[in-house]
Amino acid sequence: MNIDKRLVRKDSLEKLFDILKQNSKKIYAPVTKNGKTTFRDTASFSLVSTGYIQTTESSKDISFPRTEKLLDYSKNKEGMSVKGIDLKDIPEVILWGIRPCDAIGIGELGSIFNWDYKDEIYNNRSSKVTVFGFSCNKSDEYCFCTSVGGNPGNTEGSDILFTRMGEDGDYIAEILTEKGQAVAEIASGIFERLETADKEKFLADVPVKFNHNEISEKLDKFFESKEWVDQSLRCLGCGACAYVCPTCACFDIEDEAHGKNGSRVRCWDSCGFSHFTVHTSGHNPRDVQSARWRQRIMHKFSYMPERLSVYGCTGCGRCSRACPVDMNILEHLISIQEVTV
Amino acid sequence: MMDNLYMPYLMRIERITYEAPGVKTFMLKFVNEADEDKFSYKAGQFGEYSVYGVGESTFCIASPPTRKGYIECTFRQTGKVTNALSGCEEGSIIGFRGPYGNVFPIEEWKGKSLLFIAGGIALPPMRCVIWNALDLRENFKDVTIIYGARTVKDLVYKDELKDWELRKDVKLITTVDPGGESPDWKGEIGFVPTIVEKIAPSSKDTIAIVCGPPVMIKYTFPVLAKLGFTDENIYTTLENRMKCGFGKCGRCNVGKVYVCKDGPVFTVAQLKELPDEY
Repeated sequence: MNIDKRLVRKDSLEKLFDILKQNSKKIYAPVTKNGKTTFRDTASFSLVSTGYIQTTESSKDISFPRTEKLLDYSKNKEGMSVKGIDLKDIPEVILWGIRPCDAIGIGELGSIFNWDYKDEIYNNRSSKVTVFGFSCNKSDEYCFCTSVGGNPGNTEGSDILFTRMGEDGDYIAEILTEKGQAVAEIASGIFERLETADKEKFLADVPVKFNHNEISEKLDKFFESKEWVDQSLRCLGCGACAYVCPTCACFDIEDEAHGKNGSRVRCWDSCGFSHFTVHTSGHNPRDVQSARWRQRIMHKFSYMPERLSVYGCTGCGRCSRACPVDMNILEHLISIQEVTV
Repeated sequence: MMDNLYMPYLMRIERITYEAPGVKTFMLKFVNEADEDKFSYKAGQFGEYSVYGVGESTFCIASPPTRKGYIECTFRQTGKVTNALSGCEEGSIIGFRGPYGNVFPIEEWKGKSLLFIAGGIALPPMRCVIWNALDLRENFKDVTIIYGARTVKDLVYKDELKDWELRKDVKLITTVDPGGESPDWKGEIGFVPTIVEKIAPSSKDTIAIVCGPPVMIKYTFPVLAKLGFTDENIYTTLENRMKCGFGKCGRCNVGKVYVCKDGPVFTVAQLKELPDEY
């Protein structure tokens, strides 16, 4: 559809929130608590954070919850009854305030969950999310969206993208999809006519730091490099990078039993954990942390581009912000680009 | 089933066979007939077997697709799920989802001789192919099976080994590691690669299918190369740790390959393209 550009006055944002709430929409918005900004089911606009460069965690748990039930079972006299989760119970959600680097990550995550086998649990959750992206006016030293094909005002993945015109200005609202339009129609008075608008001048300046195509090409012959060891010597294998990442999809499947009843659940996992690949025999194909660090980078910048035609990194920089030993993915990618094989 | 990839079929354990210390074979039948009707698989594929309340575990389907109405799996009691499976009785209900993965290209092998080389608990993934080939015996020239285990006790499918030994259209060589023989042992004594070298099967028009512990595989491939087998004519099946079975959970990723989707069946030529992470 044609992009419909509208004006949303700064004071109207709260009205929009309230109207959507009155129409019994569930809104997940960034809320700051104990120094962390995360997406929560939010009842009131007064709780919604503004001014954050990036939320502490990505929004991926809306469509890929950190622990998610796949089925329930119960043992009875006749044998066993097993029931999959009812997809009809998955609620419609408005995801409010995500950055363009998270919005583009939705497609990258979706490409994993739809590689030949369509994961309808994921797809159902994902299809029920309407994405309100908010362009970035500010960035920090961890941001590198422009190095992986994104930009601070990228529309990809958003249903409506809001760009603030200056520090205390009104918003340009780009209504990008039919889903976005349907929500905008509920609050049509809020979306005013806009004469002209150039959003570019309001966007953060995120300089390009490396060439992702060059990195991918280089990684093809980089598996045996000692650079992986040098980079990961201080890696603790804590998995924080994977948990905050908008595109990390690795998961575990476990059973939770309660007497004769129970559930099978999937929960987030990480290729950075030492037990991730270990066989029952004790054999571990990736038996050292450098192999696990290599896997993380190779998967995102070499394997995913080749197999799924997308990068597994959006340049959000969260993994670097979250790392307890200050490993910085941007620095490591630059050094991969610079080092001679 | 369509909307939940993780929903297993309910299977009833029809028969349990004790194979070796800690090793059992389950014959499984579909609880719901409708499931059986739509189920089909090919030699080499695997599935996720589950005990409700404990979890899922990955094994090959050990019975051949030429035998209808049931599937079999053989497992060694080692971890959480295999321990729970081992505690199941005939009549118990377990879960199974699959089949997943690629297949041994049996149709392409028509008119050739087949050489099966297996070690220990790795005979099960090969047994599916062996019976598949034997059920279509006229399609192949010589069929040779070289099977070794640590001790005589550890040999699995003992009844079937007897069958194969008696068949005139199968050449079976069994071996046990030095020290693993019993007083009445009539087979070979020695490690599998050594026995392969000693028997020296011809590579002419022959496909070799090799499956076993990493150390056996490592020393068998060079012997086969010496005998004239090309990398394209040696097949094996990998067993990486898996959770989903269909290319999402990330565990079995080796280089650009996912063992669950691109494998588990690979030729040596394909393995040589992979980093050593399996």
